[in-house]
Amino acid sequence: MLPEIGQFLMVLAFCLAVIQSIFPLLGAQKGQLSWMKMGPNLAWAQFAALAFAYGLLTYAFIDHDFSVALAASHSSINLPIEYRISAVWGNHEGSLLLWILILAGWGVAVASFSNNLPVAMSSRVLAVMGMISVGFIGFMVFTSNPFERMMMVPLDGNDLNPMLQDPGMIFHPPLLYMGYVGFAVAFSFAMAALIGGRLDASWARWSRPWTTIAWVFLTLGIALGSWWAYAELGWGGWWFWDPVENASFMPWLLATALIHSLAVTEKRGAFRSWTVMLAILTFALTIVGAFLVRSGVITSVHAFATDPTRGVYILVFLAVIIGASLMLYAWRAPKVGMGGGFSSWSRESVLLANNVLLVVACSAVFIGTMYPLIIDALGMGKMSVGPPYFNTVFVPLMVPLLVMMIIGPLVPWKNATLKGSFNRLYPVLAAGLLAAVVWPLLMGEWGVIVAIMIFVATGIVGVFIVDLLPRIKAETFAGKISRFKKLNVSWLGMHVAHIGMAITIIGMAMAMGYQEEKDVRVAPGDVVEMAGYTFTFDGVKQVRGANYSSQYGTVRVKEDGELLTTLHPEKRTYDKHKGMPMTQASIDRSLFRDLYVSLGDPIGRTGAWVIRVYYKPYMTWLWTGVMIMSVGGVLAISDRRYRVKIRRRFKKRPSKESQAVID
Amino acid sequence: MKPRSKRLVLIGTIIVAFSVAVTLVLNAFQENLVFFHTPTEVKERSVPFDRTIRIGGLVEKGTFKREEETTTVMFNVTDGESSIPVSYTGILPDLFREGQGIVAEGKLLTSGLFVASHVFAKHDETYMPPEAAEALKRAEEAKENSETGIDVDSVSKSAVKGE
Repeated sequence: MLPEIGQFLMVLAFCLAVIQSIFPLLGAQKGQLSWMKMGPNLAWAQFAALAFAYGLLTYAFIDHDFSVALAASHSSINLPIEYRISAVWGNHEGSLLLWILILAGWGVAVASFSNNLPVAMSSRVLAVMGMISVGFIGFMVFTSNPFERMMMVPLDGNDLNPMLQDPGMIFHPPLLYMGYVGFAVAFSFAMAALIGGRLDASWARWSRPWTTIAWVFLTLGIALGSWWAYAELGWGGWWFWDPVENASFMPWLLATALIHSLAVTEKRGAFRSWTVMLAILTFALTIVGAFLVRSGVITSVHAFATDPTRGVYILVFLAVIIGASLMLYAWRAPKVGMGGGFSSWSRESVLLANNVLLVVACSAVFIGTMYPLIIDALGMGKMSVGPPYFNTVFVPLMVPLLVMMIIGPLVPWKNATLKGSFNRLYPVLAAGLLAAVVWPLLMGEWGVIVAIMIFVATGIVGVFIVDLLPRIKAETFAGKISRFKKLNVSWLGMHVAHIGMAITIIGMAMAMGYQEEKDVRVAPGDVVEMAGYTFTFDGVKQVRGANYSSQYGTVRVKEDGELLTTLHPEKRTYDKHKGMPMTQASIDRSLFRDLYVSLGDPIGRTGAWVIRVYYKPYMTWLWTGVMIMSVGGVLAISDRRYRVKIRRRFKKRPSKESQAVID
Repeated sequence: MKPRSKRLVLIGTIIVAFSVAVTLVLNAFQENLVFFHTPTEVKERSVPFDRTIRIGGLVEKGTFKREEETTTVMFNVTDGESSIPVSYTGILPDLFREGQGIVAEGKLLTSGLFVASHVFAKHDETYMPPEAAEALKRAEEAKENSETGIDVDSVSKSAVKGE
């Protein structure tokens, strides 16, 4: 009975979304306040219906209701509770329901935090979000019903794919979806502004926090996926240029461009049509991502089972969204106007270059990802584009981008002089050069690419200090502190995010430049030497887990003769998936290096194994940097101007002139 | 400089930068395209020796050998029609075993041995790398066309259906 209620609730949510996409918009066009007021209520109702449906599906998993086909094929009696809950999104139908629920959640958030918006604007935003909901809920109702029943109810389920039985599964998909779906809000704001014909600085200010918070979620989601692959798959890598990784990375690149372009639109009123275009493309790329994952066109850890109708549905949906939004763009954007002018050397032009580079980088990834698929679809043969392509293209494009992160913060808006900008940069460049010479030598060997990466990373940190010092100039230390507390939070957020990027860059450069890797066959008692560490293999024994049995290896690691740690790489065989052993690497992490051991295959009956041993310097920096980047994003949107205005707006609606440009 | 010529310089710089980027991309693209071939195609046609290619098919039963004292393994990849010897040094994917569909990336030696740098297997029990499935399908189609009547391995038949 409960699953049928769930199905009913989905249809109900579909109907609510249809109404939401019509009435608030009509109300806004005709000036009917009562129709516009329906928007927030409909958003709440839709969210409630979906949340209830989602709860029912989760209950079917927790309660072992194997009459629900999804639970029967993705859960089992012995599956631990946390994985029964996360198994709901470990498949196409359930993850789609999560996607839609999150979309509705963003809708509710917009409805709740849009009191400061003109009601016509927020109604249009909610209407556009309603249309997107119609598309996605329709996808679920017509092609992928998560509540489908089985005629023959099995006694036990098939269990969750062992690869997904990992803490990463609990956090990675929800965070990633929060990011992905969040760009629907940025898109809706852009569409609403186009429909209303009001594409100005206040539009940019309204849509900025939404874009940034979605970007923060996407950043964390991608990083968590990478961290998971690093620990789980036993390959020791953290980025594979796999089509689905690219599917999440392309919107990230464009969203990063969008954040910067929105800054220009808000501060200077320039780049308006470009910003709208970026908002459209970012959202379109999230749907391309959905297509790549859900249509079964690619081989990947992420791919769900193949079903051509799903792929076709998403393609049609994508075509409708891109077609409609570009038509609206072509119709409205020419009326938008150019906005403030700027000289060829100014903050605007640096950010323009940033945008061009990010878009080119995104296009390069797009070509590499889509070209093989298109050629295959045309029946012109099968091919693939390997990581070397992405590395060759990406690194040269990123270096100028990173250099601009050094220069940008010191270049004033509108008009600047080259001399003025570079005078303050000399100490930064000197520090960068020094670090670029010394740091790689400390690692043992000097290399050009590593040196360049260290140069730009040091420069990014340096420019923060140079930018900060004049702002906290005071006689006493206490005076400095009090001035620091009064700093513009979003200015600080920008620098924190940039520093996070710098730390990530150092992590990447060091891990790529100085990692050591060995695949060796070892008998119990054998010793592997690497980077000053001694790894002693103590053999493998059988151990029993909750729903799996494990071949549990023991490797003692010594440094200078002292026992440092004992690693336990595993090879697990889950009861329900005897044919699918899972490698579980064992990692000892510390600030300057990771020691990584994973089990390969047993050799004969002698107790000997092939094992893989890695020494990976600075891996912790990579993940820490990403965390700091996200903190920067959160700081950037906690600026007072996103909140103070809200209160002020309630009392008296200020004219546009009073919204002075804040640096 | 006049504002007009300044703008021209700016636009010119962007165009130059853009062209450099495009050249870079296309160059790297051409060098790093990895073409896929079935074992039959490798046998029949001249497949380039100096390029990285991918081959796909089933790991032929009874051909898997492990070298003593090293981590090198040898096995044959077959599409049911022809089979190619492959050598690989390193750790194989978890789901690698005889009779399973795999894709190997590497270079073909003039001796006919394929030296793999990467071996990809499927990621769960019910899923087959599309390229491996394609190799089996192509071989079967070729067979049906010529009607030579050679028996197809039952494994490959079910694998094709399971695609």
